[in-house]
Amino acid sequence: MLRAKALVAGWLQPTTAAIDFSLAAGEIVGLTGPNGVGKSTLLAAFAGRASVFSGHLELQPGLRLALQTQDVPPVDGLPLSGCDLLAMTGASPEGLPPWLAERVDWRLDKLSGGQRHYLALWAVLHAPADLVLLDEPTNNLDAAGVRHLTAHLHERAREGCGIVVVSHDAAFVAAACDRVVVMEVRDVD
Amino acid sequence: MSTDLFLIPFLTGLGLAILLPLLGCYLRLREEWLAALAYAHVAAAGALLALVGGLPPATGGITAAALAGAGKRLFANRLSGGAAYAVLLLCGWSVAVLLAANQSQAERLGHALFDGQLYFSSGEQLWLVALSVPVVLGMLRILSRHLLLAHTYPDFFRIRGLRAWPTQIGFDLLAALALALATMTLGVMGAFALVFIPPWLAFRRATNWRGGLLSALLIGLVAYLAAFAAALWFDQPFGPILAVVLVALGLVVA
Repeated sequence: MLRAKALVAGWLQPTTAAIDFSLAAGEIVGLTGPNGVGKSTLLAAFAGRASVFSGHLELQPGLRLALQTQDVPPVDGLPLSGCDLLAMTGASPEGLPPWLAERVDWRLDKLSGGQRHYLALWAVLHAPADLVLLDEPTNNLDAAGVRHLTAHLHERAREGCGIVVVSHDAAFVAAACDRVVVMEVRDVD
Repeated sequence: MSTDLFLIPFLTGLGLAILLPLLGCYLRLREEWLAALAYAHVAAAGALLALVGGLPPATGGITAAALAGAGKRLFANRLSGGAAYAVLLLCGWSVAVLLAANQSQAERLGHALFDGQLYFSSGEQLWLVALSVPVVLGMLRILSRHLLLAHTYPDFFRIRGLRAWPTQIGFDLLAALALALATMTLGVMGAFALVFIPPWLAFRRATNWRGGLLSALLIGLVAYLAAFAAALWFDQPFGPILAVVLVALGLVVA
């Protein structure tokens, strides 16, 4: 569903090294590499937000995308519950871990940072989509959250969804991903 | 006092007391509550300009606010962080005050617009409100999910290929038109108070979006009914009384 050949992406100028990448339906691929290598930028390029400076990027036509970024949804001071958040993206609360399912009616700004992050992530992960792009999904999650997320990524992939995960968490990437692509620093010369 | 004499103003204000708190919830969601004050001032200036030019004031007010709402997006990049609303507010206020100071006709209408003389509402205004309120509420209901999504998940909103213009320009236009209509009836500050205070109070306690909308609606209606009765009883201009009631309610709740 996604194929990139010698792709160089960036915002105002190229920031990633040329990379070959492919993703099939039902596959989970991890993107790792040191800070500043352009993992989030590449994810943004897959989503059509960042620019492609050279190379080739091909997405299956009609693909429904869902993107989770590292930005925290701005919900402080707003009367938005977990149910409201899930309804926005069309995600179902079914399958939420018990420690979150019982708080899904709570205001988001009354939840802990980790609980809020997981709900925000769940809303994207379970939105009706064929390709899900996740940027550092384990940020703010405790061990139970990471285990639950890992299990649900596999479940989502079994449904035919392709998933790209950017993460620094080596243990999580090893447990969750079918394949790992390590990005290298761009040679500025 | 004839009941009929006050029925038209009461119903006109009631329609706006239903609409404005709900509109205010979406303005607060987008952190654009200053827009209400800006559109109200622009509408007042447009009404006065129209009067001086021999046109119906309502037409001038609505047109000016609609132009401000639609045109604001053109300068969005250069006037970020609410600066567009501050500029509109200052322009509207200065034009309105200068016209009122130099034209006797404009002075009378200017006082009415800034005092908020609901009791002088005409049958035409009632019809305009009766037709506009259901349309604006219906549009808000249609736009609601996209407004929430665009605020909470802007990247998700963009990559799903959802068209931004109905949500952005469409909402700006809707807000401008509603505020223009309200300014002609409730006055500048009366309209602003109904847009700002009910959502401010409702958002503090409501546990979900629907609850927030219902609470804002309820607060707006209670304040409107109390203000209508008080202004009538004490023979005072409606706008300031409504603002005082809402502020008092706000202080009690807060």
